[in-house]
Amino acid sequence: MMYGNSNAIIRIEDVHKHFGSVHALRGVSTYVDKGEVLVVIGPSGCGKSTLLRSINGLETIDGGRVIVDGNVIDSKHKNINAVRAEVGIVFQQFNLFPHLTVLENLTLAQTKVRKRDKKESQEIARDLLHKVRIPEKANNYPGQLSGGQQQRVAIARALAMNPKVMLFDEPTSALDPEMINEVLDVMLDLANDGMTMLVVSHEMGFARNAASRIIFMEAGKIMAEGSPKEMFDNPTNDRMRQFLSKILH
Amino acid sequence: MPGPQNTPVLPLPEESPHSAQVRAIDRIAGLPWWLIILLLTGVLLVYLFSTSETYISAFTRIVSGILVTVFVTVVSYTLALFLGLLAGLGRVSKNVFVSNTATLYVQVIRGIPILVQLLYWTFVIIPLAYGALNALGALLAPILGDNNALMQLQSRDFDFMWRCIVALAFAYGGFEAETFRAGIESIGRGQMEAARSLGMNYPQAMRYVILPQAIRRVLPPLGNDLISMLKDSSLVSALGVRDMTQEARLYAAASFQYVATYTSLAFMYLSLTLVLSLFTRFIETRWKQA
Repeated sequence: MMYGNSNAIIRIEDVHKHFGSVHALRGVSTYVDKGEVLVVIGPSGCGKSTLLRSINGLETIDGGRVIVDGNVIDSKHKNINAVRAEVGIVFQQFNLFPHLTVLENLTLAQTKVRKRDKKESQEIARDLLHKVRIPEKANNYPGQLSGGQQQRVAIARALAMNPKVMLFDEPTSALDPEMINEVLDVMLDLANDGMTMLVVSHEMGFARNAASRIIFMEAGKIMAEGSPKEMFDNPTNDRMRQFLSKILH
Repeated sequence: MPGPQNTPVLPLPEESPHSAQVRAIDRIAGLPWWLIILLLTGVLLVYLFSTSETYISAFTRIVSGILVTVFVTVVSYTLALFLGLLAGLGRVSKNVFVSNTATLYVQVIRGIPILVQLLYWTFVIIPLAYGALNALGALLAPILGDNNALMQLQSRDFDFMWRCIVALAFAYGGFEAETFRAGIESIGRGQMEAARSLGMNYPQAMRYVILPQAIRRVLPPLGNDLISMLKDSSLVSALGVRDMTQEARLYAAASFQYVATYTSLAFMYLSLTLVLSLFTRFIETRWKQA
């Protein structure tokens, strides 16, 4: 079966993943179109983070394949650097480099991977810090920033590599409630700018407002898929209904 | 109705003569007595060094070995850092051959006393290596000519001090390998993931992201090992290398001034290790600020 149209920038075809005896992904197939915001939801342990991490090779897959902008990743794990150059990822725990300033966090990979010179990379970094609304923190260390600020720096750091796709792995789950919106706002800006995004999140408000399509996963499988309207207002899948009733009060 | 002036005033601790006494005792007990005793001993020894003929000549003789001691320590330690970093990176490598080689090195080194390692390098490995080079020269004689450079190598030209330096460097490299490995493994997995996700390859991620953090974390144990190296450099005296300890042994054997000689020797090592520990503490605080 072929998913998506010719616009798809990510294709996921029958992907399997085992962790020891746990079958974490059981034949997942889907796609992400250019400019689309795909939000993956589902209960903890359903495999949504594993799916996202397999797209840039942080998890190797045991079966099936992932195609990112024409580069095929299969269980042999080749092409992984070509894929990583096109895919930015934002982690739940930010993972900023604590020994570098915010500006250096943004310029390191630009100079070492993209081979930009120092001046150019700093200009790009400062522009992006404006975009994520913390230009004044350029010379601070990550430890001096709040969680929300750190996550916005992490988004800017990924954007500095000009990725074709941005992956977000529960970007607001480690944040205090009052900081969640500042990160979601930046993500909304990105979505409105036309960035292709794949977001694993528990933020149903964001999913409803920003998603072009929503996938509901459970036990390593995609159980339901559709527009936010279909998924939230009129869920046909029983498990999806149960899940929503637990998190929407 | 009790106003503020009626509030009972609690007696401040200073006002009680008893607690003043207790505080004075506390203050005396809190003094760094070990340092005071050390300093007083030092003053006494400096007095002896400057007045007693016996001490002056013993001390002068020992000081003549200080350059060798410091040279052996600094060179061996620097080489050990390189070897240790290399082997530490090998220990965390996913390459089976590399990680097994590094583990073999570390396990062998850590299971053999350093003195035995010194003897082994000096009397076994280095002579054997020269023998092998000679044999290689003989084998290549048709190409390189008779009496070529390889055939003329003689192991006796390899200075004993340098043999000891090589041995100490390999011995300490094994310890530092474990220190570096622990430092690298203490950095969360997310750092490597973030670096690799940004497109950096493994060496770049190590060089720019993992190692700068890991090395900062292992500075205290690295500093301790520098001090240990200074002390273990005295082992070279067993091979006749004329460091401070060897000079002291020679002097004591000739003069029978055991007390003056070995007291001066111990004093010299203690002074040097104290200076080194201050130096390492200075480096640690500077790196923490950076």
